[in-house]
Amino acid sequence: MKLIFRYVRPYLKRMSLGLTIKFLGTIMDLFLPYILAHIIDEIVPLKDMTLVIRWGLLMLLCSFLAILGNVIANRMAAWVARETTRRLRHDLFRKISYLSNRQIDGFTVPSLISRMTTDTYNIHRMVGMMQRIGIRAPILVIGGVAVTLTLDPVLALVLTCMLPVILFIVFVVSRRSIPLFDHLQKSVDTMVRVVRENASGVRVIKALSRTEGEKQRFEGVNRQVMQDENRANMVMAFSKPAMNLTLNLGLVLVVLVGAHRVNSGLSGPGVITAFLTYFTIILNAMMSITRVLTMWSKALASAERVETVLSAPDELTPQPIPETREDAHIVFDKVNFSYNGRENNLEAIDFSLARGESLGIIGPTGAGKSTLAGLLMRFYDVQQGAVRVAGKDVRAYDLKALRDKFGVVFQNDILFKKSIGENIRIGRQLDMTRLEQAAKDAQAAFFIEETGGMEASLEARGVNLSGGQKQRLLIARALAGRPEILILDDSSSALDYQTDARLRQTIHRDYGDTTTIIIAQRVSSVKNCDKILVLEEGRMSGFGTHDQLMQTCDLYREISRLQMGEGAEA
Amino acid sequence: MKKSKTNTVLRLLKYMMRHGWGLLLAIGLTVGSNLFALWGPELSGKAIDAIQPGEGLVDFATVYHFAGLMAVFYVTSALMDYLLNILMIAISRKVTYQMRRDIFNRLADMPVGYFDTHATGDIISRISYDTDTINASLSSDLVQIFASVITIVVSLYKMLTIQMSLVAVFLFTVPLSVVITRVITKKTHALFRLRSRKLGELNGFVEEMISGQKTLKAYNQEDNTLDELDDINGQAVEAYYQSEYQTAMMGPSVNFIHNLSMTLVSVFGTMLHMAGKMTVGDIGAFVLYSRKFSGPIREIADIFNELQSAVAAAERVFRIIDEPLEPADAPDARTLENVQGHVELESVDFGYEPDRTILKDFSLEAKPGQMIAIVGPTGAGKTTLINLLMRFYDVQRGTIRVDGRDQLSLTRSSLRLAWSMVLQDTWLFYGTIYDNIAYGRPDATREEVEAAAKAAHIHNFITRLPQGYDTILADDAANVSKGQKQLLTIARAMLMDTPMLILDEATSNVDTRTEMVVQQAMRELMAHKTCFVVAHRLSTIQSADNILVVREGSVVESGTHESLMAKKGFYWSCTRLSSRKKSINYHEKDGIARPFLRIL
Repeated sequence: MKLIFRYVRPYLKRMSLGLTIKFLGTIMDLFLPYILAHIIDEIVPLKDMTLVIRWGLLMLLCSFLAILGNVIANRMAAWVARETTRRLRHDLFRKISYLSNRQIDGFTVPSLISRMTTDTYNIHRMVGMMQRIGIRAPILVIGGVAVTLTLDPVLALVLTCMLPVILFIVFVVSRRSIPLFDHLQKSVDTMVRVVRENASGVRVIKALSRTEGEKQRFEGVNRQVMQDENRANMVMAFSKPAMNLTLNLGLVLVVLVGAHRVNSGLSGPGVITAFLTYFTIILNAMMSITRVLTMWSKALASAERVETVLSAPDELTPQPIPETREDAHIVFDKVNFSYNGRENNLEAIDFSLARGESLGIIGPTGAGKSTLAGLLMRFYDVQQGAVRVAGKDVRAYDLKALRDKFGVVFQNDILFKKSIGENIRIGRQLDMTRLEQAAKDAQAAFFIEETGGMEASLEARGVNLSGGQKQRLLIARALAGRPEILILDDSSSALDYQTDARLRQTIHRDYGDTTTIIIAQRVSSVKNCDKILVLEEGRMSGFGTHDQLMQTCDLYREISRLQMGEGAEA
Repeated sequence: MKKSKTNTVLRLLKYMMRHGWGLLLAIGLTVGSNLFALWGPELSGKAIDAIQPGEGLVDFATVYHFAGLMAVFYVTSALMDYLLNILMIAISRKVTYQMRRDIFNRLADMPVGYFDTHATGDIISRISYDTDTINASLSSDLVQIFASVITIVVSLYKMLTIQMSLVAVFLFTVPLSVVITRVITKKTHALFRLRSRKLGELNGFVEEMISGQKTLKAYNQEDNTLDELDDINGQAVEAYYQSEYQTAMMGPSVNFIHNLSMTLVSVFGTMLHMAGKMTVGDIGAFVLYSRKFSGPIREIADIFNELQSAVAAAERVFRIIDEPLEPADAPDARTLENVQGHVELESVDFGYEPDRTILKDFSLEAKPGQMIAIVGPTGAGKTTLINLLMRFYDVQRGTIRVDGRDQLSLTRSSLRLAWSMVLQDTWLFYGTIYDNIAYGRPDATREEVEAAAKAAHIHNFITRLPQGYDTILADDAANVSKGQKQLLTIARAMLMDTPMLILDEATSNVDTRTEMVVQQAMRELMAHKTCFVVAHRLSTIQSADNILVVREGSVVESGTHESLMAKKGFYWSCTRLSSRKKSINYHEKDGIARPFLRIL
């Protein structure tokens, strides 16, 4: 709520203007029955035709003002909604872009996506709708009641008595139906899951001849969905007839009480006629309020989800840490790191690399290989110890300056739905010759030519490329900036041996100043590196050259033996 | 196109017609409830007429009479409305239930190929969202249409009986309202399409960029991406604004026409009244009827749009129901019993598309207990053989025999039950570990299940879980690792204890330790069975009785390791490369050297 208010505030002036117009337009709607009552009770006895026509013209004028006011106001409302959403999306996306990876892990990527899409959409719709119906309906209800009060306060009281009854019905029905709908959603999820499992497991199901069993399983969930739907909707089915009935009975009461008032000379029959019209207006307004309410609560929930992201604290700001005088390019100084703050994912990592050296990191899944690269680029902060690049703690760098040093290919890295050239460049100030050179170095020039050159566009996630082509493009991207530090995380697994070898040669020859880190599952990918780090469950099992490790590190020997066969040697 | 639409509607009606009596009752209730409700204004008009004489002259008997009638009519109408709602909910739920059942039963009997060529998300959206759309439309729109038609007819009739000449007002306002709404909808239709397209683009962009946030950060692209977002977002909100700008006309315009008719009715009504042709009560009643009369005209247009989307949804649903099923077993098909595991393929031709043959004149024999290794790059080739052996697809020419009997002369279920499969993409469903292992044999005893788990080296892991065998494997089975999932499917196969086995050896995403356990379990599973193994390890390949070399979907060579080596063909050249380099790890299709073996 606060969030929405904050974003609407800059347009408060415009919005109040719009709402005033809306208010005036809506009031015009309310004048019509009033004029009708006036005609019947005051003009008719005068038998003056010109007066009737004059009042009729006034009604026409009111009708015009009503349409004019409402259209203008609705358009202004749409304008406010547009500006609000534009800024909200901008700020939210900006915030998401600068969240630390620890925070992103906490929110999860799918959840951030849905906050950025579904939730902002809900808010957009709500901001527009609230200004239109959310204002109009209450004005109609309150205004209707107010006008009837001036017409005849006693009759108006009769009408007002019905409103609490209606509110009570709305309250009871929604209170009972919300848990039922929650329940229904769960059954629907179960049903969807069964279908999904059947689609993905069709081979197993057919192989084991469990088709009939699956039909029964679906029968069960299908029946459950039907029952839950019934239960939830039955409750909802109550509200509309009940509300209608309440208002209609109020109408009967108005006629009865009205008859007595007219008889005692306190009211006129035209007033009662007008009352009947106001009743219909109020009834319809009440109906739209209930509709708006469901959307309101939905949008509020969305706003809250957006707000939690927006109010997340800024992490990863530069810290004043004095520089160390050292020759090494990259230093991990007794680093401990944990994702959840409880058990360590990396422990006592301690090594250094000179400029231009290459490091291979190897170890089982979950050993912490990619985490190590993440610390180096400051996606996460260490718990203890320090990571230094060129003598300066990574936490002391301006983030942009730090990351400018890197060229990186992540595990399962992403290609965007843009041209090949743009995918290599991704927004950096690099000229075409540089891109082409990088593509050549990444052994990608040949197939880029075949695909249609740098201008050829890729599908989302590069689905129109083979695994090897994707990896070469990603490597070209990493090389294009002539990085100080190159990180290749499991990024040559789909390359054939010759391409892989040529790539390594090129990097060695043409990127001699670049400190390279290669993360791999396979010994063959790292064994030519200057240094190899063996990780197991977050700890250093060994550090050294291939030959040294074959002598000293049990795990490294075991992995080598498994991958290269018995008796394999360097 | 038009004809197929009619067909769809007819089929939808057929679903509804199963509840013919209920529908009839529903129509009765609709008519009743609306008639009673529509009587209200007339009664109130009469009551007001009794009040009309004014101070001291009110005819209370008449007023009470009509007020009483009003109350009774409104109560009756509300009751009928409530009953109608409940009835329609019940009917439409049954229709949806039936429809979903039909879809699923159809799906379950469809050939594997259907799932290979259709996205799961699409299937799911048909069975849930599309049926929901139909359902919503059936339960509310049909009733609404009846109600609207009745309202229009009755209020028109009432107005005609009250004052025929005053109805002439509508000769002006109704066409006006039709024209205005049509003009607006025509304008907005394109804008709405643009709006959903732009929103789709925005969502696509956001999804892509947030998924790739790490890369964007690494290359300092936060601000550039934000600029792009501003652009796309700007287009999206602008499209939204444009559509709103136009639709902003809609509500007020309709309202304007209401007001216009009211004004005209008031003025002319008063004139008529002064001419002595109409009472004041008549004017009030007429105004109320005129409101009721013009309301549904716009509603009908809305409902028509909704009905169209329901028909479109129904078309999608019926398309699934009309898909051809897996052909039935031959009428004289026999069950396969006491299987020895002797598999022969004789001059088999096969292709997924008739004009693209993948296997051509392919023959192979696997004697009971033999092991056949299938090697080659990842791709369609290796699964093709599995598809044929399991009869997920039928051969185009030639025969596949098991124990000397043509596959086609056997029932599919007995043939398939003679095999076990352990595939690389393990399939586990939401349920307990126990149920997952016992999936193929629901009759297995607890001891048998545990024995299978022990044989698959997963028993100890299971017992260490807090709930043991009753642990629920949640949606993505995130509580067990990839290697453990593989062991669970091995346990499932162990429990089946079939004479023949299909195994996918790949364990690429498993760490070294688990890999060793999985390897051990697989070896034990393979013992004394006729095995077809999608092989990745040199040791497995070398010990195979027969090696099939698959390349780009077709078998290019076959034989034992020795005979293939002696042949000095493709296999030979690649093994030489692989033994020299010790390790090859590629399955790329576009490389120049294109070596094909993927050996650990």
